[in-house]
Amino acid sequence: MTTMVDAKARRAGAVRLGLSQAQLEIKQFLRSREQVMFTLAFPAILILVFGSIFKGTIEGSGGVKFTQYFVTGMIATGLMTAGFQALAIQIPMERDRGVLKRFLGTPMPKWVYFAGKVLMVAFIAVLETVVLLTVATLLFGLKLPGTGAGWLTFLWVAVLGSTACTLCGVAFSSVARTGRSAPAVVTPVALILQFISGVFFVFTNLPDWMQNIASIFPLKWMCQGLRSVFLPPSFGASEPGHSFNLPMVALVLGIWCVVAFALCLTTFRWTTKRDG
Amino acid sequence: MRDGETAIEVRGLRKAYRDNVAVDGVDLDVARGEIFALLGPNGAGKTTTVEILEGYRKRDAGTVSVLGVDPALANGKRGTGIDPAAKRWRERIGIVLQGTGEFDELTVGEVVRHFAQFYPAPDDPAEVIARVGLTAKTAARTHTLSGGQKRRLDVALGIVGKPDLLFLDEPTTGFDPEARREFWALIRALQAAGTTIVLTTHYLEEAEALADRVAVIAAGRLLAVDTPQLLGNRDAALATVSWRKPDGAWERTQTKTPTAVVADLAARFDGEVPGLTVTRPTLEDVYLDLIGAA
Repeated sequence: MTTMVDAKARRAGAVRLGLSQAQLEIKQFLRSREQVMFTLAFPAILILVFGSIFKGTIEGSGGVKFTQYFVTGMIATGLMTAGFQALAIQIPMERDRGVLKRFLGTPMPKWVYFAGKVLMVAFIAVLETVVLLTVATLLFGLKLPGTGAGWLTFLWVAVLGSTACTLCGVAFSSVARTGRSAPAVVTPVALILQFISGVFFVFTNLPDWMQNIASIFPLKWMCQGLRSVFLPPSFGASEPGHSFNLPMVALVLGIWCVVAFALCLTTFRWTTKRDG
Repeated sequence: MRDGETAIEVRGLRKAYRDNVAVDGVDLDVARGEIFALLGPNGAGKTTTVEILEGYRKRDAGTVSVLGVDPALANGKRGTGIDPAAKRWRERIGIVLQGTGEFDELTVGEVVRHFAQFYPAPDDPAEVIARVGLTAKTAARTHTLSGGQKRRLDVALGIVGKPDLLFLDEPTTGFDPEARREFWALIRALQAAGTTIVLTTHYLEEAEALADRVAVIAAGRLLAVDTPQLLGNRDAALATVSWRKPDGAWERTQTKTPTAVVADLAARFDGEVPGLTVTRPTLEDVYLDLIGAA
């Protein structure tokens, strides 16, 4: 009986520790003004710029405006930035500065560090999505889902995509050798993915080989899943394979979650190379 | 753990980075309740030794026991978990690393309170902040602290869990003399409360002021271990007696019997001997001799 109570108390303590770590991360994010501005304002500015340049409708789409297409891509990009790009850059920097080493020297369970990051990403992703949806609906005629089913699809695509990106970000954090090299290693990857995954251009207009490469990575499927939410159902006919293909979206994103999680468990480094 | 028990026992410790042997057969014993200082030039193997004891680095050979546990098991498992035994071990150890990561945007109070949560019976964070002399900075973001103040925050994070064993790697680098004195008082108070302390330092006067025993390490080998007073046969070394002769010139002599020399001088001058000093080698002299010979 006592052991059960103990176990329960320990679990409660562990949950509190995870939440407290998340609070710490979010506080640090909100207090670094450049980071807040860059994360939240940059995608919004990009929407304004691209939305003002490309005014036409997409050929053979039944009147879907390019801005609507682009805005859904930017929401997916926002999720990728908050999860993948932010963590793949931030973690090597913290590793370099010895923050990870400091945590490692305490009795803090290791998962608490990751829980803090995951919850921070979730917080930023929600904030960023709200900002983008607001800008897009007010200025570019994006239509919010009219049905519960639409919102549900939005929710699972966003959560699954964000999870895949977060795990990929943690896994990719072991690639950069130093904190200083991390932005140089990570930014091109994120940028190229945006170009080939149908964020800045209509995906089906890209060369086949490029479409094939993009189909390996999560961003293309996140964009596609979100288009099924924000574009008219008839647009499905203009997608690759003439369908939004949501089962495939779930499958690919799910596989990425599993693969990236396995990579996190096997390759994560708490200390730098010079720490032996 | 009972009094008199060893806190740390090291036998035949070896560690090489590729062809570069950093630690080459070190034996060490640190008693419970002791302040133990590790001295040595840069690159001597001090930090490698200490980080093996702290569970950060893996050794190539030798046996290590820290509070009865092999530290190699502490972070051995990859992944997200931490072994319960390793966790209990970590709860009893405080670490102040050389140059550790800061949380720039958080305040001193927030960081100390956060780290206190990791331990089962932590000290009161406000009390710990007071002990390292940062009370006035409790609400200050850590990036506004001076180098010495950041170091004191490091110390606060090392002691907030009330450790049985505290590792300090060059803790007073960047301290002004007054802050260093305050820090020494803090360390002595921790010892009085029963904490075992292992520290590395470049400051010989710090080792002399604090340490019960001093080990000198150079090129990965242990050259001497003794109390600061006895290190390198310091007590038996020749004393230097110097004074001023009546013609104003300085005279000095090295002797095994300084008392006899002084008595003889006193008789010769019939009273005060002008400019009289009697010195033995300082800890620094002994240390430089030891590492010079290595």
